[in-house]
Amino acid sequence: MSERRFDFEIVVVGAGPAGLAAACMAAENGKRVAVVDDTPWLGGQIWRGQQARPLVPQAQKWIERFRRSGATLLDRTSVIAAPRAGVLLAEHANGPREIHWDKLILATGARELFLPFPGWTLPGILGPGGLQSLAKSGWPVSGQRVVVAGSGPLLLAVADGLKKLGAKIVSIAEQAQWGRVAGFGATLLAHPAKLAQAARIKWRLLGVPYRCGVWPVKAEGDTQIRQVTLTDGQRSWTEACDLLACGFGLAPNVELPLALGCELLEGFVWVDAWQATSAAHVYCAGEPTGIGGADCALVEGQIAGHTASEHKAEAQALFQERSRWHEFRSALARAFALRAELKSLATADTLVCRCEDVSLGRMKQFAGWRDAKLQSRCGMGACQGRVCGAAAKVIFGWGMESVRPPVLPARIESLISVAEKESAEGGKASTGSECRAPALREYEN
Amino acid sequence: MSQTYDIIIVGAGIVGAACAAECARAGLKTLVLDRGPVSGGTTAAGMGHIVVMDDSEAQFALTNYSRRLWMELRPELPAEVEYDSCGTLWVAADGEELAEVRRKQAFYTERGVRVEVLDAEDIRSAEPNLRPGLAGGLRVVEDAVVYPPCAARFLLDQSKRHGAELRTSVTVHELLGDGGVRLADGSRISAGRCVSATGPWSPALTPGLPVRKRKGHLVITDRHPGFVRHQIVELGYLKSAHSMGKDSVAFNIQPRQTGQMLIGSSRQFDAEDTAVDQPILERMLKRAIEYLPSLGRLSSIRVWTGHRAATPDKLPIIGPSVVGDRVWLATGHEGLGITTSLGTGRLLADLLLGRRTEIPASPYSPARFEGAKA
Ligand SMILES: Cc1cc2nc3c(=O)[nH]c(=O)nc-3n(C[C@H](O)[C@H](O)[C@H](O)COP(=O)(O)OP(=O)(O)OC[C@H]3O[C@@H](n4cnc5c(N)ncnc54)[C@H](O)[C@@H]3O)c2cc1C
Ligand SMILES: Cc1cc2nc3c(=O)[nH]c(=O)nc-3n(C[C@H](O)[C@H](O)[C@H](O)COP(=O)(O)OP(=O)(O)OC[C@H]3O[C@@H](n4cnc5c(N)ncnc54)[C@H](O)[C@@H]3O)c2cc1C
Repeated sequence: MSERRFDFEIVVVGAGPAGLAAACMAAENGKRVAVVDDTPWLGGQIWRGQQARPLVPQAQKWIERFRRSGATLLDRTSVIAAPRAGVLLAEHANGPREIHWDKLILATGARELFLPFPGWTLPGILGPGGLQSLAKSGWPVSGQRVVVAGSGPLLLAVADGLKKLGAKIVSIAEQAQWGRVAGFGATLLAHPAKLAQAARIKWRLLGVPYRCGVWPVKAEGDTQIRQVTLTDGQRSWTEACDLLACGFGLAPNVELPLALGCELLEGFVWVDAWQATSAAHVYCAGEPTGIGGADCALVEGQIAGHTASEHKAEAQALFQERSRWHEFRSALARAFALRAELKSLATADTLVCRCEDVSLGRMKQFAGWRDAKLQSRCGMGACQGRVCGAAAKVIFGWGMESVRPPVLPARIESLISVAEKESAEGGKASTGSECRAPALREYEN
Repeated sequence: MSQTYDIIIVGAGIVGAACAAECARAGLKTLVLDRGPVSGGTTAAGMGHIVVMDDSEAQFALTNYSRRLWMELRPELPAEVEYDSCGTLWVAADGEELAEVRRKQAFYTERGVRVEVLDAEDIRSAEPNLRPGLAGGLRVVEDAVVYPPCAARFLLDQSKRHGAELRTSVTVHELLGDGGVRLADGSRISAGRCVSATGPWSPALTPGLPVRKRKGHLVITDRHPGFVRHQIVELGYLKSAHSMGKDSVAFNIQPRQTGQMLIGSSRQFDAEDTAVDQPILERMLKRAIEYLPSLGRLSSIRVWTGHRAATPDKLPIIGPSVVGDRVWLATGHEGLGITTSLGTGRLLADLLLGRRTEIPASPYSPARFEGAKA
């Protein structure tokens, strides 16, 4: 196998909990398996950095199991396109890679959802997950005053993690109403481990105000954030801080699934009971199918891994466990549903698209995403609407258009597949050589 | 019976927009209809190179006339149209292509178009990222680049200031012989005349019209300001005389004011779908890297496709579909419709109003094709 071309029976994209579990099952079932991930570590978002310093027993267990499974890891490899059935194009620091598969499992996870409010682009404002990742990889937070705001259980986990690293957590602002969050707490009774985890976190965060029904309306500062204004809808107040960790939950990474032709249902990848998508031989597990957390991702990943390696009985044996996590997933969605007020935090001059500097006022002039995009350039920058498109969906209810390659920004040479390149280098005729440019004297634009 | 509108223009791409601007300015009560948003068709997919061309006298006449109109309009254009007179650089790889530079130079100079011949050294300093060893090139000084979707919007805004109306998300089902149109919901709008400016989709409203879809691919890069300074186009297509395939690629790159670059181009017939065709994309990018070796390391953010409205003689179709009839056409602009939109709008309005046209309109007349008379 060359440095560039790889052939596997089963290829898994994403080395988070879903991808690791899928790869373990498939490899243990005797298949030749590769996991592809754009990061240098195993474990995805939640277990980031656990490889070197295993802390969470669950992470340790899966990472060790993966190492023993015989599956190959193609790390620091971003999948950028699916040019034809059975082939992925990917980018690695050493050059482009072409990855061939018989069965494909997509476990691409989720990203944080950001909603614009005045001042949200000030330096010192990060997504809670992003800040946590930075802090875990050594970015100093010790002594920094941090306000954690937005929505979802991640806020507590991040506050806890940052506190352990010496940050001063000023307060935690959860936009969901207390009643709903408390209701969610009650569903945790069905998941004792989660409940214990939540209790431990609460205990360690004792003394930190955790306010429900509270959200940020404005951030102010100079070269960086100095204070944030929070509101409970009746009353507003400001809190001084050095950092604001703010995110409104997670949005699924569905670009690659879409590029492979997988159908979506209400914004998530549609899968059947076997975790099979609508695209032939393509499976999906974890956050792209619904935001359900790491345990849900693990079960879905195992089922996908078993199904893809034709071990249906083993897959089926996990269905019941999965339904419990799907209940948890629904409870999560209900409890942390975004309140309507969040749609109108931004004012006319608040930037929505940070890549292209497009304000809310400018976007409001248009009837839909495509119109706004063509005229104002929102979503046309390097992130291709991953941030502003998700926000526009919440604010305006606009749907994004279909994806185009590359799924992630990529070097131009990476869009040229290996076979093409090698045949060109070797002077051999490529498949396309019989149709060179025609005999027209014609300008090509 | 009184007509609701003097003229209905179907299609809010750049061609429909230019026709609307001219008609409204001439005092016609104008309505523009599009089934999508403004410039959501080919105008959203093209490059926006304003270029004078020399494939035929008629092509030269329309492109040169149109470029003059762009230059006149320039002071009025808002910033978002991104008008940039970066010029075109035609690149000659060897002596054979250098001969084409000389031919072009003579052609343009005779007709008053400003050009400069570049030798091997000049071209290195004009575009340092081009590969060493190129023979030379021709700079067409006043060629330019615009951002087409905002240009079309600007033209429509102009037409609105003269009283035109714009309705988007309205699909036209039929162009009626009395000048009105029938919409997808069955309702009719009456008018003195209607114009189909529906680009590659025009045969659907005018069956038999010899307009074919010709697919093209483009790649946009991240911001790398200054990497190229001109719209650079190869003259290498001259040497492809031995190959007879229907698909072709050529090196063509455009600097955007954002610091981004658009890389083209490809041409395919019989590819109606909008999917990215990997083999042709690869050929196109390899060709670009042959000319700009360090381009491969730059970051790309999106690849897309569009369909040009191609005619058999590579000239657009402008005028009444049947002599004296009420159904008019402004379509078939192939890969030059951004450039030729302004000339098209002016010609169409002149013909409609019986004014003298500044350039002969007959080469573009629908009457040259049987199907257009249907
Ligand atoms: C920033 C962030 C921080 C989080 N922190 C916590 C936390 O502290 N506690 C908690 O309980 N939950 C946290 N979560 C939620 C948690 O990540 C998920 O519940 C869980 O990890 C889901 O697992 P997964 O396997 O579906 O996805 P992920 O863990 O997200 O794994 C997906 C993997 O796929 C890779 N990938 C995606 N696209 C491509 C591509 N095209 N090519 C190559 N690789 C690709 C990603 O880099 C990633 O490594 C966080 C989520 C995010 C987004
Ligand atoms: C890859 C590529 C590169 C190009 N580069 C250049 C360049 O550098 N320079 C240049 O000058 N030109 C270039 N072109 C050509 C240029 O983009 C087109 O010629 C031009 O956009 C055509 O404009 P139009 O208004 O005729 O068509 P369109 O923009 O396609 O507009 C037609 C409109 O009609 C509407 N429509 C169709 N049917 C109906 C219906 N039944 N009811 C209602 N509405 C309808 C559509 O929604 C659409 O908005 C390029 C084209 C491509 C594909």
